[in-house]
Amino acid sequence: MNTHLVRSSEPYPLLIIGAGPAGLAAAHMAARDGFRVALIEAHLLGGLALNYGSVPTQALIRTSRLYAEMRDAQLYGAQAPAPVEVDFARAMSRMRRIRARLCRFNTKDRITADGIDLFFGKARFSSEDTVDVDGTRLRFRKALIATGSRSLLPRIPGLDDAGFLTNETVFDLTTLPKSLLVIGGGPVGCELAQAFCRFGARTIIVHAEPLFLPMEERDAAQLLTQALAHDGIEIHLNTRVVNVQTAGGKKIVEIVNDGNVATIEVDEILTGIGRVPAILGLNLKAAGVAYQPDSGVQVDDFLRTTNPRIFAAGDAGLKHRFIDTAEASALIAVHNALHRGRRRLSSLTIPWCTYTDPEIAHVGMYVREARERGIPVKTFTVPMHDVVRAIVDGEENGFVKIHVREGTDTILGATVVARHAGEMINGLSLAMVAGIGLSTMARVIHAYPTQAQAIKKAAQAYVKTRKSRWYETIFRRWFDR
Amino acid sequence: MITDSKAAVMAHALPDDETLLDRLQHAAFNYFTRTQNPDNGLVADTTRENAPSSIAVIGFALSVYPVGAERGWMGRPEALRRSLAVLRFLMDSDQSGSAGSTGYRGFYFHFLDMNSGTRVWLSELSLIDTGFLMAGVLTAATYFSADTAEETELRRLADALYCRVDWRWAQGEGSALTHGWKPECGFLNYGWEGYSEAILLYALGLGSPTHALTDQSYSAWTVTYQWENLYGIDFLYAGPLFIHQFSHAWIDFRDIRDAFMREKKCDYFENSRRATCIQREYAIRNPRGFIDYDADTWGLSAGDGPDTTPRRIDGRYQTFYGYAARGVPYGPDDGTLCGSSVLSSLVFAPELVLPALRKLWMRSDAEDTAFIRASGFNPTVSENGTNSWISNGEFGLDQGMIVLMIENYRSGLLWRLGRSNRFLRTGLKRAGFRGGWL
Repeated sequence: MNTHLVRSSEPYPLLIIGAGPAGLAAAHMAARDGFRVALIEAHLLGGLALNYGSVPTQALIRTSRLYAEMRDAQLYGAQAPAPVEVDFARAMSRMRRIRARLCRFNTKDRITADGIDLFFGKARFSSEDTVDVDGTRLRFRKALIATGSRSLLPRIPGLDDAGFLTNETVFDLTTLPKSLLVIGGGPVGCELAQAFCRFGARTIIVHAEPLFLPMEERDAAQLLTQALAHDGIEIHLNTRVVNVQTAGGKKIVEIVNDGNVATIEVDEILTGIGRVPAILGLNLKAAGVAYQPDSGVQVDDFLRTTNPRIFAAGDAGLKHRFIDTAEASALIAVHNALHRGRRRLSSLTIPWCTYTDPEIAHVGMYVREARERGIPVKTFTVPMHDVVRAIVDGEENGFVKIHVREGTDTILGATVVARHAGEMINGLSLAMVAGIGLSTMARVIHAYPTQAQAIKKAAQAYVKTRKSRWYETIFRRWFDR
Repeated sequence: MITDSKAAVMAHALPDDETLLDRLQHAAFNYFTRTQNPDNGLVADTTRENAPSSIAVIGFALSVYPVGAERGWMGRPEALRRSLAVLRFLMDSDQSGSAGSTGYRGFYFHFLDMNSGTRVWLSELSLIDTGFLMAGVLTAATYFSADTAEETELRRLADALYCRVDWRWAQGEGSALTHGWKPECGFLNYGWEGYSEAILLYALGLGSPTHALTDQSYSAWTVTYQWENLYGIDFLYAGPLFIHQFSHAWIDFRDIRDAFMREKKCDYFENSRRATCIQREYAIRNPRGFIDYDADTWGLSAGDGPDTTPRRIDGRYQTFYGYAARGVPYGPDDGTLCGSSVLSSLVFAPELVLPALRKLWMRSDAEDTAFIRASGFNPTVSENGTNSWISNGEFGLDQGMIVLMIENYRSGLLWRLGRSNRFLRTGLKRAGFRGGWL
């Protein structure tokens, strides 16, 4: 039910479809700047991340990590009570408590108190400057599509009949399945597979590509494969699920690897093969907005769609589907829409992280990207087993790799694989945005002992190579005299 | 140089380096005479019971026979006879690509039945293993240069086999080479990512006068290279040691450089020396606390290892990987080392390899080279009353690398043969290599 009647026949300066991270960030910014804002939400405030995404996933990951540490207590010179019994219901209850608490940050009352007109219902463009919401027609001068994304469901014969979990319904579980087959080795699939395995479910992960996390560096993906195998996950890479049947209350999953067929019997199937923009039903054609079902709304570098009145932000139109990117892109879109701004999406430095154990975080360019652009690149690598704090913490599995333009200390990108990579990548993002090179970073005193010293060690390695070159030049000149 | 006092005391029991290398090389050479089927020339993958033939090991065999002939371990006529037997078989083999054939488009299935020579284990049509085979085929053709009927026939067969390989087809839809193909599913869903032994494959594929790789193929692969500073050493990164060794068995990379190495002011030979140093650095650090890793005990590579049940080592839960490509610094590492990979670095860093070799010798039973030549050993895992797990039997790839790399260290024979092969020279030039002997 909508919270109010439309107070004016005047078009809204900004109409936003979707009250997820992008939509809420945009609405609050526009309201703060004094604009009337209409915000339309079809489902739940807070969007995917809060309700089905990183928040509940992180809550489960934290509990599952504790169980993993209890099982590895000897590594830390400790003795855990034996046997370690998993209370899955309690873990799910904690997750729901956290989710409910965070929901309070963006309640209906708080949003409307900020002067935002909130509408609940399905939005549908009726023209280039109007949107219908459950029978109410709203006019706008500028609009922002921030509808986020939805689960990409694989088309596998028998899967619908057998039933399956998605990254949305998995959080409704009350009992731990004895066995779980995860389809897809992207971030969501890997995170949830590891969590459920650590809770004690026999976990199998089937991924169509030869390596997990196809976007990430090969070494990062290989380290993750080792870590998942170490946890006890049965890994089937380069493998497709081709059929699902049920028998005796079990799901019989047929898989194919390079022509070799096998079957696996499990209690539950989780699809985590990725996400697609949630733009169906918006009637974008009526608004003159071009889109593709897979990649979403077509936007330029200013986040403007093919209708100059309409912008898009977040998962609905961007390749990088992260909460922080969604919020940052929303602020750019609002600035450009309401202030005739010229801020560019390409100016953003976007870090991201997969919250497996170890975590895998990245910012900037990959080596391959740089080389494809003809940029000479050199990587300074510090394995975590060379970092004092990582050794002390028993968290040596991983590395810091910082890519610089060869011959300079300019950071092009970085990948961190470490227990707390998500925290560590932020320092590197800051350096990139501020234009701080490795020479300066080598001079910055890092608190000792911290795992972030891996970054300083990489910077020091750069300085050493620079000195070697300098000495080499001096000696050559000396001998050439 | 041995610095350990115990080692110094025992040093008198060691043969001198030349004698030790000769013993190892000769013992490894004997693998090929013991495991060859004289009827068709095929060579077994391992000495294990019912082992099939591996086309890569056949390639090594064809390269090893000239060494045996030069060292006097085999007469030249016998080397020629053995080489001809396998080339004739390959020329007449079923190339239909059907599930029970021997090959397709000039490539061969990875594993073949020792007697019939047909595909076994549903193995893939393997590009890299065909590459090793062709390296051996060209080596034989270059070595047997006499104007006799049989040596002329060998050269004719070798040219025909090499020219039959359809390298262009193996690029699939893209520019870079694929890993392989199966009749059941077509091209495998793997690509060559990052530096690897595929450099030999590209040199061979680019040198073909009949079905050459496209000009873009090599750069499409090298764009995936990663130049890294690790443990203070700059190098072209690859984890397992064998990657830095296999191509060097046939190609003398000293002082020749492609565009990438020109940019980095390095060459692939020097890079392999640095990779060897990094292996040693890793073993000194020994982050997982495995038994015996130290400055003279190192060598993580592809090879056999224990596949025993996981166990806790110093509180850490450790799994074991069986046959796997182990590497540094990211693993996998389960405490398994590979003596043959240490030996295969002899040409790059003798000052590091010879002390390691002496230490390995002292670990093994007197006069027995099997320990060093085993596919892997693991001092952390003790089984059957021994103080170190040792891989059972011998693997042809390991024995081939031992023979060839020791020979390159002693006389440079394989490099000389490679340098004078017109196809390899053409392939390297097309890949952009310049300088040195090119």
